[in-house]
Amino acid sequence: MNGNSIEVHGLTKRFGAFTAVDDVSFDVRRGAIFGFLGANGAGKSTTIRMLCALLDPTSGTAVVGGHDVRREPDEVKASIGYMSQKFSLYGDLTVEENITFFGGIYRLTKSRVQAQMPRVLEMAGLRGRERTLTRDLAQGWKQRLALGCALLHEPDIVFLDEPTGGVDPVSRRAFWDLINGLSEGGVTVFVTTHYLDEAEYCNDIRLIHAGRIVGGGSPQELKRTTIRNPILEVECDRVVDALELLQRESWVRETSIFGSYLHVGVEDEAEGRALVKGRLAAAGITVGRLDLIAPSLEDVFIHKIEEQTKETERDR
Amino acid sequence: MTGEPGGRPFFAGIRPVIRKEFRQIRRDPRSLGFLLFLPAFLLLVFGYALNFDVKHVSLAVCDLDGTQASRDFSGKFAATEYFDLRYRLSDPREADALLGREAVGIVLIIPRGFGDDLAAGRETKIQALVDGASAMTATTAAGYIGAIVQSQTMRFSLDVLERRGLNRLELPLAVETRVWYNPELRSARFLVPGLMVFILMVIVVISTALTVVRERERGTMEQILVSPVRPVDLVLGKTVPYVLISLVSAHVVLLLGFLLFGVPIRGNYLLLLLTMTLFLTGGLGQGVLISTMAKSQQVAFMISILTTFLPTFILSGFVFPIRNMPLVIQPFTYLIPARYFLATLRAVMLKGTGLGAFWKEVLFLAAFAAVTIVVSTMRLKRTGLEERPRRFLGGRRRVAR
Repeated sequence: MNGNSIEVHGLTKRFGAFTAVDDVSFDVRRGAIFGFLGANGAGKSTTIRMLCALLDPTSGTAVVGGHDVRREPDEVKASIGYMSQKFSLYGDLTVEENITFFGGIYRLTKSRVQAQMPRVLEMAGLRGRERTLTRDLAQGWKQRLALGCALLHEPDIVFLDEPTGGVDPVSRRAFWDLINGLSEGGVTVFVTTHYLDEAEYCNDIRLIHAGRIVGGGSPQELKRTTIRNPILEVECDRVVDALELLQRESWVRETSIFGSYLHVGVEDEAEGRALVKGRLAAAGITVGRLDLIAPSLEDVFIHKIEEQTKETERDR
Repeated sequence: MTGEPGGRPFFAGIRPVIRKEFRQIRRDPRSLGFLLFLPAFLLLVFGYALNFDVKHVSLAVCDLDGTQASRDFSGKFAATEYFDLRYRLSDPREADALLGREAVGIVLIIPRGFGDDLAAGRETKIQALVDGASAMTATTAAGYIGAIVQSQTMRFSLDVLERRGLNRLELPLAVETRVWYNPELRSARFLVPGLMVFILMVIVVISTALTVVRERERGTMEQILVSPVRPVDLVLGKTVPYVLISLVSAHVVLLLGFLLFGVPIRGNYLLLLLTMTLFLTGGLGQGVLISTMAKSQQVAFMISILTTFLPTFILSGFVFPIRNMPLVIQPFTYLIPARYFLATLRAVMLKGTGLGAFWKEVLFLAAFAAVTIVVSTMRLKRTGLEERPRRFLGGRRRVAR
């Protein structure tokens, strides 16, 4: 496996005429935090389900922890931990009973479950609340307990499918501290998210759009290599009109709306500033602040999606 | 067993699931109560309501003769437990009103000259008016009247013959009927085993039909399927606790059947336990199977009711004897597991018959249990998560923030 925990080649999943995952390939290094990014319905969950041997691929191969997901699903399942976007512990069991149950179905011996118990409780911050019914816990704690249960059998690889959905920012932060700790301990973390700020924590990311991978690399790399031209953040009124206006200009590389701001990609910074101001003023739009900004992952993502959309249109 | 990592015993994978199910059942007293006491409660309700015995039919007598002979004759009716003498009428026209408002079920009219005719050895007739609105009661009651009249006629004839000097007369032909297994022909004997089958079938299927769907709705199913637990562990782990609980429930019903309705267990108890366990396992398997197919708990509940309630009630032979059904319908009764369990139950409880008489039924019950468990295991394996994800709906979409 030469240092890779996961190797995926040409993975495809079709549901009837609909292709949910389209010819996806990537490798994940051992101990990496690997981010899988995309909008809802882009194919993230379908990919993760195939990698967890819950779903058979239509074609392509995926090797997880040295085992082929199609040929050795049981070995794959034994070597991975999985936690999904939905809270998936039993609300009507206590914290302790949930841990014992998941230890049981992962076939840990009683003594091993007992040995793991304090570690999991510590990790979830639930020491002293062993006998609380899980449904009475706040969302952040539930999520950390779910992660603890997924790690009970000490897997080399964990899959986290939108682990921080519906969790407050403080708990999200605490959760990412846990993930960093795992990675330092040599565990490979495969995480999907649609929070692009979270993606900054990853060593390696892939952007998936409509079932296809549209870009990848480390966050820094992606930002450096994808967008070489300057990006201006424009504060103005009537942002939608302004966007439509600028999109028609040949010197504008790309545009997008971020709340009440516009991000405008231009050829050259000084020239761009003058052109934007002039064009908008001519249309009677008041321009406030106009700054050069470092591209965010969101800019990268939008750039990549636009690139791909243009490509598929050209192919037609 | 093959593919057992670490060579752990076959049951190792089932035990955590069983323990978890028991804990969840314990935390949900409503379901537990439903499972344990509803069958007993239904037995009480149905047991007293579903009674086909015809006893204590209200009777009115209009004795127009008023002789010793006529009083003796009508006295015969009042003396049995089948009839309660409520009214003595002087005018036959009153009968209309009494029958009309269902104050009585039968009016007996003894004509003038009844005693004289009898004494003279002439033919005489009595009239019985029967309320035919409840056909079952009417036919049975008419039967009783016929029997009483018959025996009276016999006595009168013998009396007459004796008076003519023919002593010690033997009747040429006599029927001596003896009813076996249920000598008093009480319908409780016949109905209680049927009720047991019916109640257990419905309860057991519903209770498990909800379990797998519930886990899928809550998202815990996904978490379990991603673990190395085998589908068979899951199906058996979910079935075993319910088999034990419904066995307890079945024994409560048996005990009540004995105490309240006097329904005995004449045959081998172990045989009863065996068929009962097979039947309950099959029913629970059917529940799990429904659960793997239904999309929501409501749907699961509906399917359970549809596949158990009416088929068991109508086609198992519980109320309507299978032999009396139209020939087109009869083949369908073979598809009803309750039919087989009911046959063995009546045989063991009422007749005390041994396995030799109904091994075919036991075999079918075993097959029913095996098929439902195996098929639901296969379905769980195959369709665990093969559901299509929400489709990405058109156009370019901004990445959510």
